[in-house]
Amino acid sequence: MMQFMLLFSRQGKLRLQKWYVPLSDKEKKKITRELVQTVLARKPKMCSFLEWRDLKIVYKRYASLYFCCAIEDQDNELITLEIIHRYVELLDKYFGSVCELDIIFNFEKAYFILDEFLLGGEVQETSKKNVLKAIEQADLLQEDAKEAETPRSVLEEIGLT
Amino acid sequence: MPAVSKGDGMRGLAVFISDIRNCKSKEAEIKRINKELANIRSKFKGDKALDGYSKKKYVCKLLFIFLLGHDIDFGHMEAVNLLSSNKYTEKQIGYLFISVLVNSTSELIRLINNGVKNDLTSRNPTFMCLALHCIANVGSREMGEAFAADIPRILVAGDSMDSVKQSAALCLLRLYKASPDLVPMGEWTARVVHLLNDQHMGVVTAAVSLITCLCKKNPEDFKTCVSLAVSRLSRIVSSASTDLQDYTYYFVPAPWLSVKLLRLLQCYAPPEDAAVKGRLVECLETVLNKAQEPPKSKKVQHSNAKNAVLFETISLIIHYDSEPNLLVRACNQLGQFLQHRETNLRYLALESMCTLASSEFSHEAVKTHIDTVINALKTERDVSVRQRAADLLYAMCDRSNAKQIVSEMLRYLETADYAIREEIVLKVAILAEKYAVDYSWYVDTILNLIRIAGDYVSEEVWYRVLQIVTNRDDVQGYAAKTVFEALQAPACHENMVKVGGYILGEFGNLIAGDPRSSPPVQFSLLHSKFHLCSVATRALLLSTYIKFINLFPETKATIQAVLRAGSQLRNADVELQQRAVEYLTLSSIASTDVLATVLEEMPPFPERESSILAKLKRKKGPGAASTLDDGRREPGPGGDVNGGVEPAPSTGSTPSPSADLLGLRAAPPPAAPPAPPSAGSLLVDVFSDSPTGGPPSLGPSPEEAFLSPAAEDPGIPIPEADELLHKFVCKNSGVLFENALLQIGVKSEFRQNLGRMYLFYGNKTSVQFQNFCPTVTHPGDLQSQLVVQTKRVPGQVDGGAQVQQVLNIECLRDFLTPPLLTVRFRYGGAPQALTLKLPVTINKFFQPTEMAAQAFFQRWKQLSLPQQEAQKIFQANHPMDSEVTKAKLLGFGSALLDNVDPNPENYVGAGIVQTKALQVGCLLRLEPNAQAQMYRLTLRTSKESVSRHLCELLAEQF
Repeated sequence: MMQFMLLFSRQGKLRLQKWYVPLSDKEKKKITRELVQTVLARKPKMCSFLEWRDLKIVYKRYASLYFCCAIEDQDNELITLEIIHRYVELLDKYFGSVCELDIIFNFEKAYFILDEFLLGGEVQETSKKNVLKAIEQADLLQEDAKEAETPRSVLEEIGLT
Repeated sequence: MPAVSKGDGMRGLAVFISDIRNCKSKEAEIKRINKELANIRSKFKGDKALDGYSKKKYVCKLLFIFLLGHDIDFGHMEAVNLLSSNKYTEKQIGYLFISVLVNSTSELIRLINNGVKNDLTSRNPTFMCLALHCIANVGSREMGEAFAADIPRILVAGDSMDSVKQSAALCLLRLYKASPDLVPMGEWTARVVHLLNDQHMGVVTAAVSLITCLCKKNPEDFKTCVSLAVSRLSRIVSSASTDLQDYTYYFVPAPWLSVKLLRLLQCYAPPEDAAVKGRLVECLETVLNKAQEPPKSKKVQHSNAKNAVLFETISLIIHYDSEPNLLVRACNQLGQFLQHRETNLRYLALESMCTLASSEFSHEAVKTHIDTVINALKTERDVSVRQRAADLLYAMCDRSNAKQIVSEMLRYLETADYAIREEIVLKVAILAEKYAVDYSWYVDTILNLIRIAGDYVSEEVWYRVLQIVTNRDDVQGYAAKTVFEALQAPACHENMVKVGGYILGEFGNLIAGDPRSSPPVQFSLLHSKFHLCSVATRALLLSTYIKFINLFPETKATIQAVLRAGSQLRNADVELQQRAVEYLTLSSIASTDVLATVLEEMPPFPERESSILAKLKRKKGPGAASTLDDGRREPGPGGDVNGGVEPAPSTGSTPSPSADLLGLRAAPPPAAPPAPPSAGSLLVDVFSDSPTGGPPSLGPSPEEAFLSPAAEDPGIPIPEADELLHKFVCKNSGVLFENALLQIGVKSEFRQNLGRMYLFYGNKTSVQFQNFCPTVTHPGDLQSQLVVQTKRVPGQVDGGAQVQQVLNIECLRDFLTPPLLTVRFRYGGAPQALTLKLPVTINKFFQPTEMAAQAFFQRWKQLSLPQQEAQKIFQANHPMDSEVTKAKLLGFGSALLDNVDPNPENYVGAGIVQTKALQVGCLLRLEPNAQAQMYRLTLRTSKESVSRHLCELLAEQF
């Protein structure tokens, strides 16, 4: 079972964190700090897996962003690497050539997509079509909802409230 | 700002995020955040009721601030409001906030649960999924209490949408892992297994994870899943690359599902049903075959997915450990990966081969890759890969290649990364000890360790070399000479001074005849290091000096002068001062005879497990040490493909690592060993293993709890206890039991009528086990037949930690039923109890006996009374492979006699069952009939019950 997934930039800024095991905020911060440091220190050609505490870390870099998963001892490293890749593909398909900025500005969407793909640390649905269908349906619901809403003030539109 | 903003962008949120990104400094960022927090607080507190959109926007901002690493202590109420909204978009954000920022203040949880409950019962699949995601994300006990009973219903309801089923399965899994007691087993469990047949691949993918977890806890209840999983797997593996449409990933059909199915199968032994088994073996072969086909795509995703399935297949083959063909094929495949250009594959191949090395079937095949692995250790650029290579070398080491491997590891140590030096030192020390045939090589190796990596040589390592030199008189002279030479180096490590000081103090006399190492030279060499050493080393050297006075009376005056010096007699350190005073007085007033008695050479240390091995186990868990464990015989009877080497008769009992060097010292150490002259802390450490009088016996000693059967009712053994027991009839180590909470590993050795067993209890959870208490009971008559003496284990086992328990076993007379092991503990407040059969069967005390054909037939005839013979004719449960059969018979403890039976297909064996009260001679004959896939097994012993019992035990193995 996957224990957690972290997305962070080359500068070490955390962009997304998903925890599948209950941990205190303090512990989460400690783990994040330690792992970001460890992974960023590794050279490009190095192997994508490392032992860390009693877990296995699987990570891969996409452009400026590192995707880093912690799995348990008996879990399969290569399939985890492809979990990462499938998630990137899902983001890419949804945002259209995704970049780090998309994830920063639409972090809630990145979470929703992840929840459709992985649940409780296990793969829930691997079909790209099915995952995106679920998300797009939700977007349609949002569009409907928006139309029904009362027009908002101009001030708010430019973000001043 | 990004060009794409799907759905409805919240402009206010985007502006806020931009602002934060534009902040030039941390202070500016904090200032901006505080301003925003104040704004949101005032909005939430304001008189004007906020509309849904604003609420959503502010909650999102809070979420963003939290994800930046700041604490958020409000907004929960608004989030709960949002999740109760009818608008999907608001609900979604509400759920997200709760999922990320769970704060289980009790009233709030009740409100959240209310909202979740409404959505769960709404019959709107999108809402239901959101609610299920939330439960799975939070996974708290409170949520479990509220929903654990409802979710199974949703999961198996006929009208649930596929996506709802998927979420329900994984949601239930999460709750079950968090609080298994809350999930009621029932009628749904049977139906959940049939989800493996579901048409929707996504449903199967989600359900397999749940089923795997349930299987681990109740293997019997879910046994039907094996055949379903096999047929599902078979359909996937044999499908064309496009059959599964969107579930095909880079030309690999359903890789995630395949991996999960293979994992599920690893919960069970190989299928008993021949048809199912045949189909499964076919699948495994197909996967191995496909690995040889040219890739269908150059993309790394294709090869990763394909190899993910391949590695999981190999794991299953290793788990079964019963198909020599597949094991050797797996090994060859991994051998190809060892030289692959992808670092990831090299890493995984090294890792996977470590487990293959410990299988008797593939050990030899693994060994053929030694040069590649050594090369990896030298040339890999990534330390984590080098680490794997070192692990594999350790695992594949045996007597035939020990010298090569140890010298390569020593060479590697010179440049090894600091992080793994200590571990390499321990491994070298263990291998050198375990496989030493000539002890001068062992001494050289350890001294080299100290020379190359003195800082990483722990006390355990250098204590051990002292123990071994003390116990082996053939190496003492060599050791003295070698340390003397080593000490002549201008800069030598303090550990070298310790070892040198101790050895010269004991055995310096053996080299004193050479004028180059005369007593005064030895003394001045040691004393030249004295002032640079720590207090502990100086204390040790003072003891060496007093020993010198006894060994070499001519040094007495010089040494007394040293002891008398103000720097010793008035040393600020109490230990040094006391030693100097006492030794000086001792040397002045005691007669030569008294001195000779007090300072006599140390008696041999009692045989025991190497403390180094214990240390490595502590560092790495049993896996690390058990890859080297005694389950593998040498030369591997099954793994020896050429069948050239005849196993020595002594392989019937597997020697402990320490026994390899110390041998069997039957004579007890001297009854009254001279006490160390001073009770200094260092000496106490070194001598802590010295005998305290009397031979090491199995009699109870004060700190050992002798468990009487009166302790507690042992409970009924778990249903698979017999099956687990049978797994260990022919082997002595492995995993005895495993469920989601606990893993019990076992490792044992038997000699004559005595045995020692190590049990390793591993806490697989992240939560501490409390009141942890394993007990051994002797049902029925067993109490008078077998003594099992257990050492106490700590009452708490931390999450992820492992404790070891040692059991000493003495067989008094023949017995039929094994002792029971009951493990009780509390996990998350819930009491857990588990009773297993301890893998101690009468054949463990079976010593092989070699005899010629004539002697065999003579004895066979002598045992011709009908009640002395037991015979069984039975169907083969495993493929009839002669190497495997031989290995099993040897593992059973019998010697295998060649050229006895006129039919070379048959096996004939002989041995003696050793008990304290009596010995039972035993002859056996196994006649395979390959055509009918049947065996006939005949046992003849002098005792009726023994014949029958051995026959029953052995018949289960084929």
